[in-house]
Amino acid sequence: MTGTTVDLIWLAPALALLGFVLNGALALLRPSAKTLVSVIGAGVLLAAFAVAIAVFTAFIGLPTAPEAPLVFRYWSWIPVGTLQVDFAFQVDQLSLVMLLVVTGVGSLIHLFSIGYMKEDPGYARYFAYLNLFVFFMLVLVLGASFPVMFVGWEGVGLCSYLLIGFWFNDAVNANAGRKAFIMNRIGDFGFMVAMFMIFWSTGSLDFDTVFAHAPTALAAGGTTITAITLLLFLGCTGKSAQIPLYTWLPDAMAGPTPVSALIHAATMVTAGVYLVARCNLLFALAPVSSAVVAGVGALTALFAATIALKQWDIKKVLAYSTISQLGYMFLAVGTGAISAGIFHLATHAFFKALLFLGSGSVIYAMHHAYHATHSHEDAQDMRNMGGLSRYMPWTTVLMWIATLAIAGIPVLSGFFSKDEILTAAFARGRIHPEWLVFWGFGLATALLTAFYMTRLILYTFYGPNRTGEQEQSHLHEAPWIMTGPLVVLGVLSAIGGILNVPALYHGGEWLHHWLEPVVHPGAALRPEAQLSSATEWMLVGIAVATAIIGMVGAWRLLRPQDLVPARSAPEERGFARVLRNKWYIDEIYDALFVRPLVWVSREVLWKQVDQRVIDGAAVNGAARGARALGWTNRWLQSGQVGTYVAIFVVGVLLVLWRAMS
Amino acid sequence: MLLSPALAISAVLFTLGVAGVLLRRNAIVIFMCVELMLNAVNLTFVALAQSLGVGGQVFVFFVMAVAAAEAAVGLAIILAVYRHKQSVSLQNMNLLKDG
Repeated sequence: MTGTTVDLIWLAPALALLGFVLNGALALLRPSAKTLVSVIGAGVLLAAFAVAIAVFTAFIGLPTAPEAPLVFRYWSWIPVGTLQVDFAFQVDQLSLVMLLVVTGVGSLIHLFSIGYMKEDPGYARYFAYLNLFVFFMLVLVLGASFPVMFVGWEGVGLCSYLLIGFWFNDAVNANAGRKAFIMNRIGDFGFMVAMFMIFWSTGSLDFDTVFAHAPTALAAGGTTITAITLLLFLGCTGKSAQIPLYTWLPDAMAGPTPVSALIHAATMVTAGVYLVARCNLLFALAPVSSAVVAGVGALTALFAATIALKQWDIKKVLAYSTISQLGYMFLAVGTGAISAGIFHLATHAFFKALLFLGSGSVIYAMHHAYHATHSHEDAQDMRNMGGLSRYMPWTTVLMWIATLAIAGIPVLSGFFSKDEILTAAFARGRIHPEWLVFWGFGLATALLTAFYMTRLILYTFYGPNRTGEQEQSHLHEAPWIMTGPLVVLGVLSAIGGILNVPALYHGGEWLHHWLEPVVHPGAALRPEAQLSSATEWMLVGIAVATAIIGMVGAWRLLRPQDLVPARSAPEERGFARVLRNKWYIDEIYDALFVRPLVWVSREVLWKQVDQRVIDGAAVNGAARGARALGWTNRWLQSGQVGTYVAIFVVGVLLVLWRAMS
Repeated sequence: MLLSPALAISAVLFTLGVAGVLLRRNAIVIFMCVELMLNAVNLTFVALAQSLGVGGQVFVFFVMAVAAAEAAVGLAIILAVYRHKQSVSLQNMNLLKDG
């Protein structure tokens, strides 16, 4: 306890939980009270954001800047022998950044949802889930030990599942939710085994104790630390949708669009990046794992970007873009550029939330247009859009800002954060040449990112309109409650870079210095690589040139006037078809894992083990044995009381005889 | 009273009771044989109480009380059986056997 406003940190998750309880009660008792639900749902988030800002200012105002995290222990949670886990929150520079991003972007998305979900019959249930998600996300980022973090980690997974399958009447949506849950379960297995190993080797699960003991308890580069970090990273690949567990994220687009923005772009999927940043010391002790993190990140970034090139569903493009950008973040934290990774996490939260909400605005307009004419066309297919800039000027401008930001055009936010990651990877390449490959992947990704985002803008907002003759008159801008948050996010996407302007441009590198206490123990263990400012300028030039080539290339090569609406569009051919079908990864997983598993479950486990062994031998066998025993002994029951008494006396005599001898 | 003759008498009485229960068919007789066994045990209690303390004598009263209760219930059952079957012979009481 510090005696300042920082002590009120518990209030932020408590407010979100309160929102869940109230909205959950309303969802059960009075689902039609939409105004009240909106006030509670968005109100608790805005209040939590206010708490976050108050805590942040109080933290800055502390008389001595804390080097170690401030830990607030609330109650003893798991006291078992030497395992002592308290339910505790910790406040440090990293968790404050996450706290501000989650509550800030979360508030905007809650406000947007008020407009987007207005017509939905499950309105109260939606806000209850959304509040619950924010609660668990805050537990995740504030938790002071692995188990508390794991509670949040599982909780956000649960809310993700509930919200992906929000419209569960459609089996496709429900299956998408289950897929996300199961894929995450594979990752969570890694997280849990890592926790067991951490406890086994350091004797604690609290972050401060673990990180204090780790350098002495674990040999740097040893098998144990490598296994721990790789298993932690397995958890990250599930939660943050990296190769090989990324396939759930594109399917997760089945949920409402604000959910995609909040959970599957801005916050939950970045939990893996946060975990690696939080455990940066452990990863610094395991160079092999760090290389794996960076390599998987770079590969995922490139791989997902190729798939995004050929998707027609506007949200699918953004989903693969998210996977790709998360790959960038893992490249950063794997390289050891923790602050660059968190920087990209924050800017990505701004521009990707903006992109998703912008696409939500587009889908809203398309849906209303098709609804008005009772048409059953796909409101998310870009082939049904086109020329929307004439109907939705605000959305167009804001989507442009986000696109320029994600493409890495100076001076928007994405330029600084992406450039910092690429520079860090290149610098590391001086020492470990494999990082030059990762840098190459990152650069190629930047090219593809610029290309597919321009494609999205071009096909959605320019060229002739393909929605339909009657529908065109119904296309219009969304209400202010939806465009308002978009404008705020637009401003943040544009100027978010000021958080961490590099020294190259005589910037203050605020975020870098801010995170110094968190990052320092790990950074001290990593090789230091310095680049001359000439090299850095060259790298910036290359990156910007790449982005511009990507955008101009897309603008020149793609011809929106040649597109036809989705229903009459021909199938792609050749390589485009492979990309359209996402490299057939889902099919390959299906053939390699799902079908063998289903076959083994059905043919062996069900028909042999369950039906024959358990039902046949054990259950029916026991019954048959009892019947046989009765059948062989039935002669004893003569019905003659005299016989019974005789047997009884003999029995007593036997017992007496045994007792006496 | 000497200990061993008393124990000997009670052993004889008990064996007579057991033999009666085993060999006789009439429910009333069997019932009386059971009482004989109880009283054989009572005799043992009283005999041993001389050397082992007053507890055995107290226990005899318990046994007598239980025996009285048992007599009431047992005779009532026998009466009910007689009304039902017009007989008190154990050979006719074989309803527990199936079929």
